[in-house]
Amino acid sequence: MSGNHVTIPTGAALRVKALETILEEKGLINSAALDSVVDMYETKVGPRNGARVVAKAWTDPAFRKRLLENATAAVAELGYGGPEGGHLVAVENTPKVHNLVVCTLCSCYPWPVLGLPPVWYKSFAYRSRAVRDPRGVLKEFGVEIPEKVEVRVWDSSAEQRYIVIPQRPAGTERMSEEQLAELVTRDSMVGVALVKART
Amino acid sequence: MGGMDGFGPIPIEKNEPVFHTDWEKRMYAIAMSMLGRHFDNVDEFRHALERIPAPNYLDSSYYERWLDAMMTLLVEKKKVTREELVSRGAEPIAPAQPANHCKGDSLEVRRRSARFREGDRVVARNLNPTGHTRLPRYVRGKRGVIHRDWGVYVFADSNAHHAGQRAQHVYSVTFEARELWGNGAPRKDTLRIDLWEDYLEADSSKTKAAKKKSSSVTRSKSGKKR
Repeated sequence: MSGNHVTIPTGAALRVKALETILEEKGLINSAALDSVVDMYETKVGPRNGARVVAKAWTDPAFRKRLLENATAAVAELGYGGPEGGHLVAVENTPKVHNLVVCTLCSCYPWPVLGLPPVWYKSFAYRSRAVRDPRGVLKEFGVEIPEKVEVRVWDSSAEQRYIVIPQRPAGTERMSEEQLAELVTRDSMVGVALVKART
Repeated sequence: MGGMDGFGPIPIEKNEPVFHTDWEKRMYAIAMSMLGRHFDNVDEFRHALERIPAPNYLDSSYYERWLDAMMTLLVEKKKVTREELVSRGAEPIAPAQPANHCKGDSLEVRRRSARFREGDRVVARNLNPTGHTRLPRYVRGKRGVIHRDWGVYVFADSNAHHAGQRAQHVYSVTFEARELWGNGAPRKDTLRIDLWEDYLEADSSKTKAAKKKSSSVTRSKSGKKR
């Protein structure tokens, strides 16, 4: 995209190309259909979905209640669902509890509301340390949680997929749901960031 | 990986793209199409990832591991031969162990009645299976409390090996950070993890935590009286 940048195919690129060719020849995949799979997560499904969910939870107490009771059903009201979203659980940050989500075994992540996970979420560093030293991990993201607040880590080891509802920042009382959604970041919905009001 | 050392700082990237290269996009899409239609379940795919020899696993990027696991399964399921892959320059790795297909008995039993209830004290069993498991090492042998019953789910440990679904209750279990990591961990911090019923047994011991709880209740009561 940026003009003079030339990508030299790596070993992996050549192997994937070979695999795709073989599978296509055998009729096991349809290369054209692959494009729509990629497009779905590059342009349609991503953390903007989750941000809308959070903003609605902040402004609509009845929705917030439904979200905490059954997140899969609640986000379906906004049209979100699909792979890795069948057993969605929303966990809420409060002045007493800060939630942090990890998958130590692989890379489980709530795709319908957050899209595909970033590299750091899948990294060995995060997977190994988020459970043992969550406060140290949070510091690497620039977040310090007071000692009197419980840090509660969720290791997504089975079918449940977790989304954090961050705390609504002070000074946003007059903002609309759409404006609030603009403030909500992907990282805040994994629990490695706080939501800040823009100044 | 939970609790391991030596992986350095977390690789945080500002404005990270969904995919970094075209081959990652193709790999992701190939896996999604294959998993839905030509493979049996995601558990066997996860097990294929775990069967990548450890040095390769640690030295590969995320989608390279998908590529290796995918090729392992394709060859094992005879969808593609090793020779076909090699002749096109896509040599598959040799997995660290076979798929470990096992035959079970009366494995289709669905255990609808839950053995544990919210608030029950449990111990994560010290199981060390050779195949796929979703019981991380760092909770084995540790004491926790049932936070919630999520209902009945297919058991990944048997499903990955085509040894039956063995559907059973999965619970969210709370562990204190100090139980998992020792007294250096912050007192208030906790961890919740989802565990299948077969991973758990009742904690019948008179635990320190239980005693501590009752004594702290007494203390706070007397504290209020002043």
